[in-house]
Amino acid sequence: MNSTTDPGITIAYLVSAVLFILALRGLSHPETARRGNLLGMAGMAIAILATLDHPGMLLGGAAVIILGIAIGGAVGAIVARRVNMTALPQLVAAFHSLVGLAAVFVAASALNAPQSFGIGTPGHLRLESLIEMSVGLAIGSVTFTGAVIAFAKLQALMSGSPIIFRGQHKLNLGIGILILALVVMFVISGGSQTLFWVIAALSLAIGVLLIIPIGGADMPVVISMLNSYSGWAAAGIGFTIGNVALIVTGALVGSSGAILSYIMCKGMNRSIINVLLGGFGTDSGAAALVGATGDKSVKSGSAEDAAFIMSNASKVIVVPGYGMAVAQAQHAVREMAELLKEEGVEVKYAIHPVAGRMPGHMNVLLAEAQVPYDEVFELETINNEFSTTDVVYVIGANDVTNPAAKTNPASPIYGMPILEVDKAKTVLFVKRSMASGYAGVDNELFFRDNTMMLFGDAKKMTEEIVQALSK
Amino acid sequence: MTPAELAGQAASLAHKAAALAQNAAGFAAEQAVVHTNHPPLIYLFAIFVMAVFVGYYVIWSVTPALHSPLLAVTNAISSVIIVGAMLATGLPGNLTAHTFGFVAVTLAGVNIIGGFLVTQRMLGMFKKKAK
Repeated sequence: MNSTTDPGITIAYLVSAVLFILALRGLSHPETARRGNLLGMAGMAIAILATLDHPGMLLGGAAVIILGIAIGGAVGAIVARRVNMTALPQLVAAFHSLVGLAAVFVAASALNAPQSFGIGTPGHLRLESLIEMSVGLAIGSVTFTGAVIAFAKLQALMSGSPIIFRGQHKLNLGIGILILALVVMFVISGGSQTLFWVIAALSLAIGVLLIIPIGGADMPVVISMLNSYSGWAAAGIGFTIGNVALIVTGALVGSSGAILSYIMCKGMNRSIINVLLGGFGTDSGAAALVGATGDKSVKSGSAEDAAFIMSNASKVIVVPGYGMAVAQAQHAVREMAELLKEEGVEVKYAIHPVAGRMPGHMNVLLAEAQVPYDEVFELETINNEFSTTDVVYVIGANDVTNPAAKTNPASPIYGMPILEVDKAKTVLFVKRSMASGYAGVDNELFFRDNTMMLFGDAKKMTEEIVQALSK
Repeated sequence: MTPAELAGQAASLAHKAAALAQNAAGFAAEQAVVHTNHPPLIYLFAIFVMAVFVGYYVIWSVTPALHSPLLAVTNAISSVIIVGAMLATGLPGNLTAHTFGFVAVTLAGVNIIGGFLVTQRMLGMFKKKAK
């Protein structure tokens, strides 16, 4: 029996798909998002219950399924509860890898018992099912290892800097062509086990090779892209087993990841190809440094100076970056803002689209520190406010504020949309040292008269400002 | 040929015929499974294309502030791949298929519970300004 012959089950899957769409729709506003998430949970519950009630489902099989969900669910629940909010990017990467791996196993299972899905008998599968299965298998495998590498980079299990070797892109291209050829052979063979696993192995290798050349700060693109892949893998499996819920969800997730990748690339003014080829953030900044260095001097100040300047301002904008996440400084930042507000200072937060290691990373961290979301603004909304701002407090961000992106065509970040903090009356820059940012570019803001550098750890410096303010 | 022999022959013939018929029925059923139970590709593809468009418009309406929860929740819902894993585990098949299915069910289980819970945790932190 196949699910599609039973109208009840098909309708249940359709309801799930609609609930998933509503779950995503809810994310248009923080107010509706929680309800949306509940609808998503309901959709998943319906899909699972309908499948348990599938005609031909063995009693023992159902018991094993429930056992599997219980084991997996327990692990998932513990992880979701315990994870630190700064570790979210690697958690999402890990979850992506699991979807990819699950897709591989479902494909393997369908190859071994195709009659369960009505797609033929072992060794004699339908032609189109074999093609669909290959798509699910290859993308699932790439997603798995790609996400594992992304996880390792984010968790600092391996260096975040790009790994590049000669002939890398040619090797990738060669393996890609080989996979295509093997897929053709696999389809002609009617479902050869050997070819199936060779395709899996090569796809797993491609997953590694694709992600190692991409640098740490390009991770928002990588995570979005893997999100997209996991969707397309799910859709491929959905086609293989003829399941509407899976096809619709795969399409939704696939386009979601693709759109996020696009937004992230636009936030850096780079093409997706440029990001995927990797190698960014190594020595590309060397040329741009010429002329920027020299005997320019920087003005540096203490926490007391910063506290004094900010408490006398009427408007302060905080610009957080990945450095704030690393230092876990978000709570101290919120305290600082509270104290400033008590002094009658207006405080806002400005978020660059690629700040952090995943899309929306800064927003979650600020929300965790109980910063109200209506004080947090996106680049396009807040950029014209800098000219009327007294003080900008840049904490853990660098490249996204660099005016060279607008003025220096030789700079690797030229054309990237930036937060125009240079238009504010005073810029306070929290930084550990004078080292350049990810792009390897010197930031001319450091040398301006209206810039004051606050050298030190982001969290410690902010806490000292809090102390100075509460005196 | 005695009537008894004749009857015996007739019986064996009938037996063979029955077996043949059963074979034919089995074959037809198999063919039916292969060719009619699976929805036509073009029908599935139409749904897929529509869903891509729905996804496109729905995702562009997501506020950038919630892009992290978006990643987490899309991750959770893509684990609906568990449906395939469940069928692989619970329908009559063979040990290999069942084992792969069970592993996939467990992996997807981690994602479903973990993905929805972590999304809920994130969303729970987004608060409006206290008036």
